[in-house]
Amino acid sequence: MELLYNIFVDPFIQMYEAPDFLLQVLWEGLVSGVLYALIALGFVLIFKSSRIFNFAQGIMVVFAALTLVGLHENGVPAWLAVPITLGVMYVLAVGIERVVLRPLVGQPDIILFMATIGVTLFLIGFGEFIFGGENKVMITEALGIPTGALEFEPFGGFVLIEEKDLAAVIMAVLLVIALLAFLNRTSMGRAIRALGDDHQAALSVGISLSTIWVIVWFIAGVIALATGIVWGARAGVSFALEVIAYKALPVLMLGGLESVSGAIIGGLLIGLLEKLFEIYWGQPLLGGNTETWFAFILALFVLLFRPQGLFGERIIERV
Amino acid sequence: MSAASTGLAEAKKSEQPQTAEDILSVNNIEVIYDHVVLVLKGVSLNVPRGGIVALLGANGAGKTTTLKAISNLLQAERGEVTKGNIIFNDEQVQALSPNELVRRGCIQVMEGRHCFGHLSIEDNLLTGAYTRRDGAAAVKRDLEMVYDYFPRLRERRTSQAGYTSGGEQQMCAVGRALMSRPEMILLDEPSMGLAPQLVEEIFEIVKKLNKNEGVSFLLAEQNTNVALKYATYGYIMEAGRIVMDGEAAALRENEDVKEFYLGVGGEGRKSFRDVKHYKRRKRWLA
Ligand SMILES: Nc1ncnc2c1ncn2[C@@H]1O[C@H](COP(=O)(O)OP(=O)(O)OP(=O)(O)O)[C@@H](O)[C@H]1O
Ligand SMILES: [Mg+2]
Repeated sequence: MELLYNIFVDPFIQMYEAPDFLLQVLWEGLVSGVLYALIALGFVLIFKSSRIFNFAQGIMVVFAALTLVGLHENGVPAWLAVPITLGVMYVLAVGIERVVLRPLVGQPDIILFMATIGVTLFLIGFGEFIFGGENKVMITEALGIPTGALEFEPFGGFVLIEEKDLAAVIMAVLLVIALLAFLNRTSMGRAIRALGDDHQAALSVGISLSTIWVIVWFIAGVIALATGIVWGARAGVSFALEVIAYKALPVLMLGGLESVSGAIIGGLLIGLLEKLFEIYWGQPLLGGNTETWFAFILALFVLLFRPQGLFGERIIERV
Repeated sequence: MSAASTGLAEAKKSEQPQTAEDILSVNNIEVIYDHVVLVLKGVSLNVPRGGIVALLGANGAGKTTTLKAISNLLQAERGEVTKGNIIFNDEQVQALSPNELVRRGCIQVMEGRHCFGHLSIEDNLLTGAYTRRDGAAAVKRDLEMVYDYFPRLRERRTSQAGYTSGGEQQMCAVGRALMSRPEMILLDEPSMGLAPQLVEEIFEIVKKLNKNEGVSFLLAEQNTNVALKYATYGYIMEAGRIVMDGEAAALRENEDVKEFYLGVGGEGRKSFRDVKHYKRRKRWLA
């Protein structure tokens, strides 16, 4: 009885009684959520245009962050280090297309997936060789990211919003909007959507795979840099940063590998739910640390009932 | 009868050299899938500039493979042209990617329509303009032109293509190809799965496009009857080879063609290899 009360009644009473704290929790959830959405979008774009599940996304986050910090350590000012890092990510995209993807065109999907594992291993080795294995500190201040905190006092209580979280949310939201505009308003974006629907037909109208692949991998690189900066500012820059990308997996399970809206809604949902669960159920009942697995369980649960994911694109069947 | 025999006599061997008026000529190509499966065993054909040429044959004869060899969509299916060459507008094109070929004015409309199901009809059409660099105004003008040829597409411009009818999808596929401003369209089985009236409608538009826009067509068809009505010249394929060719009018009158391709009875189509056995059997004409 006591247990049932603790699961089904008590958490909601707490939410009701301390709405300011609920707001704080929701805010934290939102911060993670927009990041998850952004990373998931990177996966979706690559999957839509090449049927490849990009195993290397995580290491790309590490690589981008290390490059940025490494450049700064060597005396490159931050305002210059960012565009140079973007340039490096572009070169990486071109390299992956030329060396890995193009020779494997037409091979089974699993081979291409293995190839991204190869890219991952290469980047781990190459990254350690150049930047060394020790942890670094993200150059938050040099990048001009504010580090103060804002206080609000809603419902007679109090909510604290760190400025760097606010900056992260704004940046992520802007990036997501830019990506949506790119997908829906440009000819290249239309081509990516077309590729997602019908590969052969896309080829037949002259859509060039090489061009599109470079673009989507570069976008994945930009997303890697953005998430690397944000997450690095919290957790430091090391190879452990990789895990942030794996947080996108449940989002993809939930949202569907091909759905842009699924990635966004799924990301936000998982960010919010895992935070709520941790605070109101995980910590009091399970000793905390539920954020590492909650999203996966949630996603598995959803998959049981909807194999195409919550927002998987409806498969249009008609002849 | 006399017309037929002369038409066939002069075209007994389908290896005419390319003339200046030919926009496309395929010379003795061989195609192999997966490095082992030999599918085309020496195919040659010519399409005159401004012509409509039909490529006829039963299931599995190799029509689609021939068209894909020209547009080079074979690559994505692990097929390969291993012999012969393909000349489009005086240039060897067998090493070009589909993208480069579309830029040069040769585009394929694939069998089975292949619209982008989640894109609107208008977005589908616009993907056809992907390779163009002549500005939004010109693309907009051509979009209107496509809508004028296919008024039904204008009505359904905002519908998701996946939810439109088979006829509308076929129109969408042809219209999409038109958006690339092609000189030549490789049209694969436009009649597939469509009601006879719609088939006529589509072919009428093909004829109009040919006349008004000067687009040349190579069309693969199983529907010999309709194809020979609209085409000026025809090739008949069997098991990876051209077995007969000639003026469309001559082919229409040819007894063997009538026997094996125009009159489909309950027993289905017969092969030219069996000509001797079936020659004298009378069959009604479609
Ligand atoms: N990707 C492929 N790999 C191996 N063999 C193939 C492939 N595509 C086609 N073939 C074979 O090539 C032969 C010719 O096929 P093709 O599709 O060109 O015929 P078609 O004349 O277009 O027939 P249909 O009228 O049914 O469309 C067939 O025997 C087919 O099995
Ligand atoms: Mg075919």
